[in-house]
Amino acid sequence: MTEPTAYEQWRRMYEASSLRDRPFTTMSGVELEGVYGPADGEFPGQFPYSRGVHAAMYRSRLWTMRMFAGFGTAVDTNNRFKEIIDSGGTGLSTAFDMPTLLGLDSDDPMALGEVGRCGVAIDSLADMRDLFAGIDLSAITTSMTINSPAAVMLALFIAQAEESGVERKALGGTLQNDILKEYQAQKEFVFPPRQSLRLVRDTMAFTAEQMPLWNSISVSGYHIREAGSTAAEELAFTLANGFAYVELARDAGMAVDAVAPRLSFFFNAHIDFFEEIAKYRAARRIWAKWMREHYGARDERSWQLRFHTQTAGVSLTAQQPEVNIARTAIEALAGVLGGTQSLHTNALDEALALPSKKAARIALRTQQVIAHETNVANVADPLGGSWFIEELTDEMERQAEEIFAQITEMGAGSMLEGCIKGIEDNWFQSRIAESAYRLERSFNDGQRIVVSVNDFEEGNEDEDLTILRITNEDEQKQRLRLGEVRQHRDDEKVRAALEGLKRVASDPDANIMPALIEAAKAYATVGEMMSTMADVFGRHVEVPFL
Amino acid sequence: MSVRVLVAKVGLDGHDRGIKVVARILRDAGMEVIYTGLFQTPASVAIAAIQEDVDVVGLSLLSGAHMTLAPLVVEELRQRGSEVPVVVGGIVPANDLDELRTKGVAAVFGPGSSDEEIISTITSIVAHSL
Repeated sequence: MTEPTAYEQWRRMYEASSLRDRPFTTMSGVELEGVYGPADGEFPGQFPYSRGVHAAMYRSRLWTMRMFAGFGTAVDTNNRFKEIIDSGGTGLSTAFDMPTLLGLDSDDPMALGEVGRCGVAIDSLADMRDLFAGIDLSAITTSMTINSPAAVMLALFIAQAEESGVERKALGGTLQNDILKEYQAQKEFVFPPRQSLRLVRDTMAFTAEQMPLWNSISVSGYHIREAGSTAAEELAFTLANGFAYVELARDAGMAVDAVAPRLSFFFNAHIDFFEEIAKYRAARRIWAKWMREHYGARDERSWQLRFHTQTAGVSLTAQQPEVNIARTAIEALAGVLGGTQSLHTNALDEALALPSKKAARIALRTQQVIAHETNVANVADPLGGSWFIEELTDEMERQAEEIFAQITEMGAGSMLEGCIKGIEDNWFQSRIAESAYRLERSFNDGQRIVVSVNDFEEGNEDEDLTILRITNEDEQKQRLRLGEVRQHRDDEKVRAALEGLKRVASDPDANIMPALIEAAKAYATVGEMMSTMADVFGRHVEVPFL
Repeated sequence: MSVRVLVAKVGLDGHDRGIKVVARILRDAGMEVIYTGLFQTPASVAIAAIQEDVDVVGLSLLSGAHMTLAPLVVEELRQRGSEVPVVVGGIVPANDLDELRTKGVAAVFGPGSSDEEIISTITSIVAHSL
């Protein structure tokens, strides 16, 4: 008997997939195949997954339209979440404000002027309860974009769910929890790298054991790119960080196949259309190869890189902001043609403020147009086989491999140690800043055009956009709310829980999660839990460099 | 004498792409640039500005906290007897410009500001404040 061709193998997988009830034809009625390519080529759902992780891709299920939102108090954000769901959003993603991202309470002196400004303020279990009130967490998955206090936020989330009768093992969702890119790019760090990594290890171990549906880390290139990296640097730094987490888990005695399937990824969709598509294809291919060959993963889910995409905030302009709808649509299309599992589209007013309700709705509508009107979801990896796209995919992979070699050299063979060393030496940070500077020069000397910024400026004076205003009243409201929580809780219980937390934090081999959940249930605040840990772990300071 | 600039990140905002790019642009233009790192307070920025005897302070704010933090930096400087001008760059909606100017901010560079605009504005502000 002859070996079935790659196409025949794909066909079998495709036929075993459930399909959406839609005609898979062009608008004019031409019947379409689920994928195109030579019979002996690579097909979606086949190692190394350059063409996608599922055989039927969007014919089975469209990407999740996961809109990132958060501002003001938990009640404000809960309302926005409900608007998103009512408008047809299929996933939620929580944006936290700066104090929460840095593990500070809303009444901390450093939080002045920042509460609820660029995300929602979460201080305790009371806020977490308001945030998800009336939202069926078993019907919609949620992602929490938080890193330094990720373990604390997970504890609050579990406490909130268990209080409302949902068991932790039934919780599905994603914690960003990608601390390495914080030091490299986003810079919302609290503890030193190794202490932070201990928390990542604990959340990975805890969720692997007790929360089988939970994605423990969303390894994020988005912020690396927003901070100024090139596409290849975004790709390589992100995957290197992913490998570092795999090594972290392995070194702690976890089986690679127990943790890798619960890692997900998060990439930027910038304005260079084909380069972005090549980047996603290369990402899947590299991850699959490395997981199988370097890390010995045997479960195919460990090889499959699943990712979320967000359109590029930095590509948006404050001038003629309506034009941003066009930019976002093009970027979103790149994400879809690149096979993303979920997508956030930025709103047209985000170079000015957090999105207004209307702007956020238009952003979601943009995805719906791509999903339901354009027919691009009918065929998997429609650009596969294009000489240009295939060459660009190979080039992305080559550049990434060069960077991996540099990182492992810094770590004397270890990607984890290389990532830590690169952070301590400002290696990642300097490379990103250098790329940002080079790009800026090319805009400033007119080599690259940004419509409405350095050319086509007629119309820049129009100013009729209504943007979202966040008042200082929200800050005041949140402080009062926190005051009430402090007043009504059992102080003795809080003290005991924080003492327990400190004890566990001091034992580097212990898992910190149970102690955090205990403290969350006692209404200890985010700031209290974080400063208790900081007493043991210390705090990270980046050496300033230019 | 070249212009001495302190560029600063005040508050909790970790977005440092803009400040680093602008710092290099100012250096390329012949200015001396000092950067004190992330998470500074209004008081620490004022103290550094005075100790370093700079001609201008540039704040970078992308977190929406500019209306609270930028005026506080001006206040901390003035309380210490310094008249050093303060400029702001970042995500600042047009509606906020007037109030920031009333509260002593000398110039605001929003998204899309060109290198030339930043350099010439700072040069002229410093020339007028001497």
